Amino acid sequence: MACRGTCRFGADMERTYGADILSQKDEVRTVTQQSPKTLFDKIWESHVVVAEEGKPSLLYIDLHLIHEVTSPQAFEGLRLAGRRVRRPDLTFATMDHNVPTDNPFDVRDPIAKKQIETLIQNCREFGIPLADLESPDQGIVHVIGPELGLTLPGKTIVCGDSHTSTHGAFGALAFGIGTSEVEHVLATQCLWQARPKTMKVEIYGERHPGITAKDIILGVIAKYGVGFGTGYVIEFAGPVVRDMSMEERMTVCNMTIEAGARAGLVQPDEKTFAYLRGRRFAPKGEAFDRAVEAWKQLATDEGAVYDKVLTFDVSSLVPQVTWGTNPGMCVGIHDVVPDPDSFPTEVERKAARQALAYMGLTPGMKITDIKIQHVFIGSCTNARIEDLRAAARVAKGRKVAPGVRAIVVPGSKHVKAQAEKEGLDKVFIEAGFEWRDPGCSMCLAMNPDFVPPGERCASTSNRNFEGRQGRGARTHLVSPAMAAAAAIAGRFVDVRELLDGKVALPEGGDSLGAAHSA
Amino acid sequence: MEPLIRHNGLVAVLDRVNVDTDQIIPKQFLKRIERSGFGQFLFYDWRYLPDGSLNPDFELNQPRFQGATILLTRDNFGCGSSREHAAWALLDYGFRVILAPSFADIFHNNCYKNGILPIVLPAADIDTLFERARQEGYRLTVDLEQQVITDDAGLTIPFQIDPYRRQLLMEGLDDIGVTLKHEAAIAAYEERRKSFPHAAEFAG
Repeated sequence: MACRGTCRFGADMERTYGADILSQKDEVRTVTQQSPKTLFDKIWESHVVVAEEGKPSLLYIDLHLIHEVTSPQAFEGLRLAGRRVRRPDLTFATMDHNVPTDNPFDVRDPIAKKQIETLIQNCREFGIPLADLESPDQGIVHVIGPELGLTLPGKTIVCGDSHTSTHGAFGALAFGIGTSEVEHVLATQCLWQARPKTMKVEIYGERHPGITAKDIILGVIAKYGVGFGTGYVIEFAGPVVRDMSMEERMTVCNMTIEAGARAGLVQPDEKTFAYLRGRRFAPKGEAFDRAVEAWKQLATDEGAVYDKVLTFDVSSLVPQVTWGTNPGMCVGIHDVVPDPDSFPTEVERKAARQALAYMGLTPGMKITDIKIQHVFIGSCTNARIEDLRAAARVAKGRKVAPGVRAIVVPGSKHVKAQAEKEGLDKVFIEAGFEWRDPGCSMCLAMNPDFVPPGERCASTSNRNFEGRQGRGARTHLVSPAMAAAAAIAGRFVDVRELLDGKVALPEGGDSLGAAHSA
Repeated sequence: MEPLIRHNGLVAVLDRVNVDTDQIIPKQFLKRIERSGFGQFLFYDWRYLPDGSLNPDFELNQPRFQGATILLTRDNFGCGSSREHAAWALLDYGFRVILAPSFADIFHNNCYKNGILPIVLPAADIDTLFERARQEGYRLTVDLEQQVITDDAGLTIPFQIDPYRRQLLMEGLDDIGVTLKHEAAIAAYEERRKSFPHAAEFAG
C-alpha cells in the first residue's frame, strides 16, 4: 500500500511494523522447568544473539528510533565505511529537538536547519521511514512511538536519546544509546550489552487526588537520589503503578534515567492492550489477539528474584517542586528551601550550596514564595493529552499572572489535534498561554524557546540542570497541573488549594471568582 | 580509534558530584554534524563567562591543569543526556582517562566507543588521589595492560575493567567490525524469530 502522506520515502507504512518478529504460527513451545524469571529476564533472554563467557551479549534490537541531533555522525560513519542500514524496516525517524514551535517550517538557525536537512537526506539515502515536519505523525520521538503503535510489549527499543526509557511503560526493554551505538544498530541491528542488574521499585499506599505520576517519580528520586538506579533496570510495580494510566506510566518510566537507570519497565496488562488496540503499526485483528496472549506472558514470575527491591509509599506525598539543579533536589510544595548544612556529607553540602547559588535561592525560603517568570508545559515527560487536560482544567476560566510567559507545547501533532478537538487550545489561549506546535522545545532549549539568564521557569520537563533551559536559566520541575497553577498565581502554589479557591491570585487572575473555581 | 595501553599524564581535578552531560557540552553545541572540534566547547558555561572570557574560578582554567589528560572527579559523572558529544568534547580537549567513584551508564559506554578509559575506583582511592593531586604537576601512569594506576611517589592502585572492553581499547578496535563477524548468527536469529510464535517467545 502506498504511503499516505505519513512518511516521505518508499517504505510501506501500512504493514505491521516489525511484523516478522511477531507471532505467525499458533505453535506453543512446551514450557520446561526453569527458575522463575523477572520481566526483564524474559525480554533479555529472548533477544540474545551471541553470548560468550566474560563478554557482553550481542542483543537484537526490534525498534530503532532516530532523530536529527544524535544521528548525523552515525550515518556519516556508515558512509565512510561503506556500510548499509541492515533493517530500515525496523528503524523509524522523526525530527523534534531543533524544531521551532511557533512556526516549524521557519528554521532560522542555519545549523539546526542543516541538521534537519541532513536527517531527511540520510533517511532518503538509506530508505528509512521518516515522520518529517509535514507529516501528521511528527512529534517528540518518545511520544510518537507509543501513539503509532511502534512501541509494543516485549520489544527491545533503542534511540540516541536518554529518555528512551519512556517506552518501558509498555513492558518493552527500552534504553538510550550514544551515537556510536546508533551507528552500530544501524549497521547490525544489534548491540553489545553487559547484562544490567534488576531492581523492583514497589509503589504503594493511598494516592490522594491531585497527586500525579510526576509527583510520584520526583518523590522516588528525591528519596533515593539521582544515582540509585545506575547499573540497574528498574521494574515499577505495586498497586499504585497498576492503577496508573498508560500515560502516567510513561511519565514514571521517562524519568527512570534521572535516577541513573537506563531503562524502566512496567508489566503490560489490560490497560496496555487497550491502549495499543487499533494503533497504526500494532498487529491487527487476530494477530493482535495472538500478540495479547503472548504479551500476557510478560510478567515477573512468582518467586523471581531481583538484585534489589525498594519501596515507596505515596500516602503522605504532596505535589513536588525541585529547588536545585538535579531532579533529586526536590521537596513538597509546603516545604522550604533546605539548608545546605543539613546534608550529611561535605560533597552533598557543597553541591547544595552550588545549586542554591545558581538558583538564586536562600535556605528557609518557602517554596510558595518563589516567583516565576516562565512556564513550560511540554516535553517527552508531560506533553501527552492527559497532561494537557490536567493543565487545562487549572487554566480554565483563569488568567496567566501579569509578567509570566507561559507556553504549551503538545508532544506530537496527534496530541495537538486531539487537544484542539477537545477545545483545550481555546482554554489555554483564553487564559493567556501560548499554544505551540510539537517539539522538544524549552525542555532543552535547542530550538528558539529558552529561558533568559537569571529568570525562573516552572517546567513539566525532566531536567533542572544548570543551563538546561538556557544559560543561567533557573528551572523548577513540576507536574502539568502545578505548572499551570504557577502560571496563574505567578508563584508556586498547591494546585489543589488553587482549585479549591484557597489561593489569593494576582489582580484579574481568576475571571470565574474563587467560588466557581473548583 | 587510537589504542590505549599505557598512559602517563597530568591530572586535573573537578571536585563535583553529578556532573551532567549538559554541563560537559551544552546543547547549543550539539548542532554540528561532525564528530570533531567539540573540545573548544567543553564545559562551556563553566569555563567561560557570559562575555566569552575565561572564567578564572573554574577548576580546569587553572594554569596548573593546562595540558591535563587525566580527569579526576566525583560520583555519577556524565549523568543525564545520552549525547556522545560529551565524550567527543572530553577527548578533543585532551582527556584519555577519567577517574571517578561511579559513572552514568550511557556516558560510560560512550567513553569506550571513543577510546577514553573511564575507571571506577573505590571512594577511598578517589579521596587519596584528590589529596595527592593538590600537589602541582601531579601525574599518574595508567597501565591498562596491568590494570594498575601508579604515581611517582610509590602509590599503586589496581583497578577492574570488563576484559572485553579492555581488549577493544588496547587494540583500538571498531566495534561494528567485530559484530559483523557474527553476521551468520544475526541472520540465523532473524530467521529463528520469524517462526517463533510470539506467545512461546516469552513463555519461559
